[in-house]
Amino acid sequence: MSTDTPTRGKPKSRAVRHRGALLVFLAPFGVLFTLFYIVPILYAIYQSTLVVERDGTFGAARQVFGGLTQYIAVFQNDAFWQSIGRVMLFGIVQVPIMLGLALLLALLLDSPLVRGTKFFRLAFFAPYAVPGVIAAIMWGFLYSPNLSPFTDVTRAIPFLSGELVLWSIANVVTWVYVGYNMLIIYSALLAIPQEIYEAARLDGAGQARIAWSIKIPLVVPALVLTGIFSIIGTLQLLAEPQVFRSFTSTVTSDFTPNLLIYSTASVPNVSLAAAMSVVLALTTFILSFTVLKLTQRRTQA
Amino acid sequence: MSAQTAPARTKGRSSVQESIASRVLAMAVMAIATLYFLTPIWWLFVASTKTRGQFTTTAPLWFADFNLFENIQALFDYRNAVFLRWLLNSALYAGLGAALATLFAAMTGYAIAKYTFWGRNALFNVILGGVLVPATALALPLFLLFSQIGATNTYWAVFLPSLVSPFGVYLSRIYAAASVPDEIIEAARIDGAGEVKTFFTVSTRMLAPALVTIFLFQFVAIWNNFFLPLIMLRDEALFPVTLGLYVWNTQVSQIPDIRALVIIGSLLSIIPLIITFLGLQRFWQSGLANGGLK
Repeated sequence: MSTDTPTRGKPKSRAVRHRGALLVFLAPFGVLFTLFYIVPILYAIYQSTLVVERDGTFGAARQVFGGLTQYIAVFQNDAFWQSIGRVMLFGIVQVPIMLGLALLLALLLDSPLVRGTKFFRLAFFAPYAVPGVIAAIMWGFLYSPNLSPFTDVTRAIPFLSGELVLWSIANVVTWVYVGYNMLIIYSALLAIPQEIYEAARLDGAGQARIAWSIKIPLVVPALVLTGIFSIIGTLQLLAEPQVFRSFTSTVTSDFTPNLLIYSTASVPNVSLAAAMSVVLALTTFILSFTVLKLTQRRTQA
Repeated sequence: MSAQTAPARTKGRSSVQESIASRVLAMAVMAIATLYFLTPIWWLFVASTKTRGQFTTTAPLWFADFNLFENIQALFDYRNAVFLRWLLNSALYAGLGAALATLFAAMTGYAIAKYTFWGRNALFNVILGGVLVPATALALPLFLLFSQIGATNTYWAVFLPSLVSPFGVYLSRIYAAASVPDEIIEAARIDGAGEVKTFFTVSTRMLAPALVTIFLFQFVAIWNNFFLPLIMLRDEALFPVTLGLYVWNTQVSQIPDIRALVIIGSLLSIIPLIITFLGLQRFWQSGLANGGLK
């Protein structure tokens, strides 16, 4: 993602000349972005610095400034870090599998080996149109030992048990997002000029060799983009595990960070939940930023 | 646009003939993947056509009596058509919300791409940071803010936050820089058209693929949004369809009859999205191509 535009060689006086137009263009988004992105974030930070204080056991509760008290509580909260650990484990396994599958399918679609690419492209993308809640409900039925169309399998493998439920959820997420990621990678592949392959073909390189040595290196930027969005998505897991709570008691109310934030806010311990939100947002930001920087360095080297 | 109109690809007629074995292997992978992606949707469709009794007693992946329309009728009859209300709510949140979000994002992205003004890069970087802040991370802060002004449990609490699409700004800026020539804006200027008028009459046409892409992805994001309505709304009449189905699904153990409604409701809730995507694919695929590249 480059941030500097090539400034077209036009005089700077434009800014003065078109001030009215710029206001029309920028104001609606600017106001909404400020109100519903920046202000909530600042407000959450403010709320996270408050603690509840009572005069004696039965006194009225009031909120007073408590500095970093809530943050200390977050760092001492085992459930919070366990849920972070759980989604990290989930991400380390699920994101590479999902992106690997998406890359494989995109490469096959782009190769001369496959006919009917239009059909496959749409078939693989269709699950993206299924909301996470609905996908989770559907797979909940498919995993069920009694209601599944594949009861022979679901009676032998306890998909909803404590050990497996995390990976059953991983499958739901993979099912929804492989096609979406595949399309982004496939679009990048389509943009590669055909001439690049000619030399390789003349040298007698097969499709696998062309894919490995030419295509994959050229779609690394698309992989980075999809990777970052996947990491963000993983840390924010909520809908799928929340739905699975109706199917199995093994998904607890602190299963993922967002579930824990939701249940903490409903206690209600709003300040602690706000502090958790801030820590989670920072963790997400740092992680995706790190991935971006690491991969940029590697591709430049 | 440009990526899609690239020279026709010489599929299968390359100078090196691929071996039959690798063709068969490739098609086998595609077939297995198709089964994986489509079987759950197929099952949902088949299950939606069955009577309650046939749901567990007949072959799960093939039709019994075709009862789809009776089931839809039963779903709409249930509790004064509350499901229809949820569908309309979702259509309003997602349809109107995505349309306005697209307009606002496109104007901002276009302004950043085509005009020089003080703080332009800083503004773009802040918005780019917004792309990295996921919607779910904002749900609780938004709830805290809305409860300060007593506006939780209203249409506005779900509708207003979904009008912001930082990704839309990012995409339309890239697209505008690449596909709206300065000469055309200049020509419109010489003809005496104002900047805003030029944007709406001339530039939006060139931005169309990007606009459709932004609209679709924002539409899906709002339609699928779960945390924000979950945390904001108490009144069932305001629910989007995903939240409504979620609540029904939590009640299946107490009211077993509701299971059939959850299944048919799930099917109905994904059909509008699938149709929209199929109908507009020519646009969003080229929009995606340009957005994913840079």
